[in-house]
Amino acid sequence: MRLARSLLLHGALVAAATLTLLPLAWMVAASLVPAGGSSDLLANLRSGSLTLAHYDALFTRLDLARTLANSAGLAATVTAISVFVNALAGYAFAKLRFAGRDRLFRGLVATLVIPGQLGMLPLFLLLKQLGLVNTYAGVVIPGVASVFGIFLVRQYALSIPQSLLDAARIDGAGELRIFASIVLPLLRPILVTLAIFTFLGTWNDFLWPLVVLTDDRLYTLPVALANLLGEHVQDVELMMAGAVLTVAPVVVLFAALQRYYMQGIVTSGLRE
Amino acid sequence: MRRRANPAWLFVAPALAAIALFLFVPVFASLLLSFTDFDIYAVAALRNLRFVGFANYQTLLAEPLFWQALRNTLYFVAVGGPLSVAASLAAALLVNARLARCRPLFRTAFFLPVVTTLVAIAVVWRYLYHPRIGLINQLLAGFGVAPIDWLGDPHWAMPAILLMSIWKNFGFNMIIFVAGLQAIPERLYEAASLDGAGPWRQFRYVTLPMLAPTALFVAVMTMIGGFQLFAEPYVMTQGGPSNHTLSVVLLMFQEGFRYWNMGYAAAIAFVLFAILLAGTALQLKLRPLGGGPT
Repeated sequence: MRLARSLLLHGALVAAATLTLLPLAWMVAASLVPAGGSSDLLANLRSGSLTLAHYDALFTRLDLARTLANSAGLAATVTAISVFVNALAGYAFAKLRFAGRDRLFRGLVATLVIPGQLGMLPLFLLLKQLGLVNTYAGVVIPGVASVFGIFLVRQYALSIPQSLLDAARIDGAGELRIFASIVLPLLRPILVTLAIFTFLGTWNDFLWPLVVLTDDRLYTLPVALANLLGEHVQDVELMMAGAVLTVAPVVVLFAALQRYYMQGIVTSGLRE
Repeated sequence: MRRRANPAWLFVAPALAAIALFLFVPVFASLLLSFTDFDIYAVAALRNLRFVGFANYQTLLAEPLFWQALRNTLYFVAVGGPLSVAASLAAALLVNARLARCRPLFRTAFFLPVVTTLVAIAVVWRYLYHPRIGLINQLLAGFGVAPIDWLGDPHWAMPAILLMSIWKNFGFNMIIFVAGLQAIPERLYEAASLDGAGPWRQFRYVTLPMLAPTALFVAVMTMIGGFQLFAEPYVMTQGGPSNHTLSVVLLMFQEGFRYWNMGYAAAIAFVLFAILLAGTALQLKLRPLGGGPT
């Protein structure tokens, strides 16, 4: 009975996992077979005629190395800035006293229901006035601070012992000094979590870069890939190489820092 | 001493300034924008701008294309939402089962689609759905199913996008459900077991009621995400065939950034926001009816 149930359970688990991974496996396999080979993928895999030609074409003919660098640079920049800015604010909302603090925080959290698209049109016009449309800065600017990030840091910072901060104040340390040498190290786990969220979010973002970037030399990978589809829709294998190039870096990053990522979802999801 | 500014403001100022400038001001401006005829001429010179009152909203509500986009989006939310939550719960129950081995491995497998780039994945599924060479039709042919033109057939295009979207997202809610499951005290199951409850009744009378708050959170978040449907139809169908996958955000994007009808597009954004708020309020209100610890 127990054995039968275990078999059934693991059968279901393996079947579900296979179905889940199948599209990703197909993407990788299709990117490695010669042009036109993806329609009979298994035959091509069995005959062992694998090739890296499509990746080669991406980097030589289509100049996607620049696009890859754009994506990486922009995601890293947004992450660095926003983690720092959100850490400052999240800590202050948890541990420093100032007039109207809790009301302000509740007000901020209420804005989490505002979808990003709501302010997108005027934001575009604003950046146009500032001459930032079609620049890297235009992509970075909306990500400089986020209510979600402040919320995440604040919930975590609540657990910092007040006595630790008071002791440092008695020793004459300034607030910035306390933040840099005591608070930041304590916040490290949640900042790593926030950094992964932000990096993946920026890397995967599509609508805003699509709106704000018009010059294909500035494109990020998702925008370039959607654009590439227009001319190369028949080149299945080439498109799959592009998809792998777009997906692989974030999958590797996730695999390396999985623990922090999963914990972050639970923290943000259950402390409502 | 008393006159020195509170250093706390130094900590919150950068974040608050950024949020005010790049979120609050644009959202407020967007509301104003929706009462103007802001178009390509106003982009060129602001003096071409006129206030038109509720004209954009009137046009919108009389426009069949908007209603179609709204119907498509509501279908995506109302059919896809519950299916997605059910898939997440099923996956959570499987990986959290007491007998399950290699849990982290399965959890990671189910979660992997979540971290992938939506645009790239939409490109992949576009090929998976290809009527002739697509993997899905090839697999179905093994069961004797005739080829389906998934993305080209008006009846199948939205369900196809929906299926892809569930595949992409169920892992996220699964993680939240697993955390919810692990928070249920073991003694409740022991007590139910002593009372003679089998696995199904334990699930029905212990697991489900205890998971209700988690399920509510997950349902609201899934709904909010669903209303923002954009990249899937943009990449896979461009809203076709004959606008059967046109979503509200895609319509907003086309009106605003293709045709520069920004006043009109802002009105679309606000109608979407109003529906989103109403949907959230409705779900929070329905909570007492949805079970709760009994």
